[in-house]
Amino acid sequence: MKDFNYHSAKDSKEASKLASSSSAFLAGGMTTIPSMKLGLATYKDLIDIKNIKKLSGIKVSGKSVIIGAATKHVEVSNSKDIKKAIPSLSSLAEGIGDPQVRNRGTIGGSVANNDPSADYPSACIALNATIHTNERKIEAAKFFKGMFETALKKGELIEAIEFQIPEKSSYQKHPNPASRYAIVGVYVAKHKGDVNVAVTGAKSCVYNDKDMSKALSGNFSSSSIDGMNLDSSEMNSDMHASADFRASLVVTQAKKAVDAC
Amino acid sequence: MGKISLEVNGRKVEKEAPDNTLLSTFLREHLQLTGTHIGCDTSQCGACVVHVDGNSLKSCTALAADVNGSKVKTIEGLETNGKMHPMQEAFKKLHGLQCGFCTPGMVMSAVDLLQKNKKPSDAEIRDWLEGNICRCTGYQNIVAAVKEAATKM
Repeated sequence: MKDFNYHSAKDSKEASKLASSSSAFLAGGMTTIPSMKLGLATYKDLIDIKNIKKLSGIKVSGKSVIIGAATKHVEVSNSKDIKKAIPSLSSLAEGIGDPQVRNRGTIGGSVANNDPSADYPSACIALNATIHTNERKIEAAKFFKGMFETALKKGELIEAIEFQIPEKSSYQKHPNPASRYAIVGVYVAKHKGDVNVAVTGAKSCVYNDKDMSKALSGNFSSSSIDGMNLDSSEMNSDMHASADFRASLVVTQAKKAVDAC
Repeated sequence: MGKISLEVNGRKVEKEAPDNTLLSTFLREHLQLTGTHIGCDTSQCGACVVHVDGNSLKSCTALAADVNGSKVKTIEGLETNGKMHPMQEAFKKLHGLQCGFCTPGMVMSAVDLLQKNKKPSDAEIRDWLEGNICRCTGYQNIVAAVKEAATKM
């Protein structure tokens, strides 16, 4: 791994001030460190944000769940408050990687990284999340821009993520058997008035499947999306799953999610 | 370069290390604690698992700098007065290892499981050991060893 300077920031202001075009924020490091070791990313400065107290913690109110950006997956999966308010969110966290990854990886890191196969971005889309940064609030629908791309500007730091508590929800994924990342993951959430069907792993970026959302908003039953033929032309195709298989998996996982709601 | 202060296996250590030093490198090359193994080096295999402030993590995917000030426990810190830890005894007794390369990480991970779940089921053990890969045993004896250790701890 190439050399860099390590900084531990005391608050968001300091973290933001240290940021440059050749720096990265370090939270759990579960993606950043392996990427740097493999030479896929190099930075002059790594700015550790784990010690910023304000960034950790879980707040649940009647309408929403707010999770600090540096909150670890294990804390989300173990939180009794989240289990009660949005059980699908705690089970999503429990299904990320392995126990050692969950002991380190953070929700903010996962969302900021926007890996096309990450689990959390689908939760953000399905649960109409708002991304709170040190500068503004961004709706999830406008946050995820493309593969590993988000609306974050240089030096802008995610402080918390606010999820809307749905009436019902479920996240189902077809995991890669070795690494547990989502070959396809589907997060279905039924809110008052509409249904979101957020899909991860299938395309270059998480998205809300409008056709399935529409069908399920009319009739919230897995039969209403049964046999749906999705366009696979923009879907990922690799040694783990062809585009057509992914298109089929999206429907299968969405049906499972609806049935589990 | 920065000063790394840790408590490793109950002993306070303080050493200068470059900022890009991984915890696994710090343990193996700066402290000569070579019981922590490096297998895949891409955070998949789990041979490098150690405990930091009581929780297991993959030391090849943490910077020494970012666990500065923590308490670290490695495989060398499990024995007491020359006597093996019940988990080590159980791995030995039930042949939970063949080549032994994955064993330090497997043992550290399993000890963390029993800290959190005193009587895990087979399924819970297998689920917990998701991040520890063994290419010799087929896992049967490892699961048996963890179950045996659970009766002794």
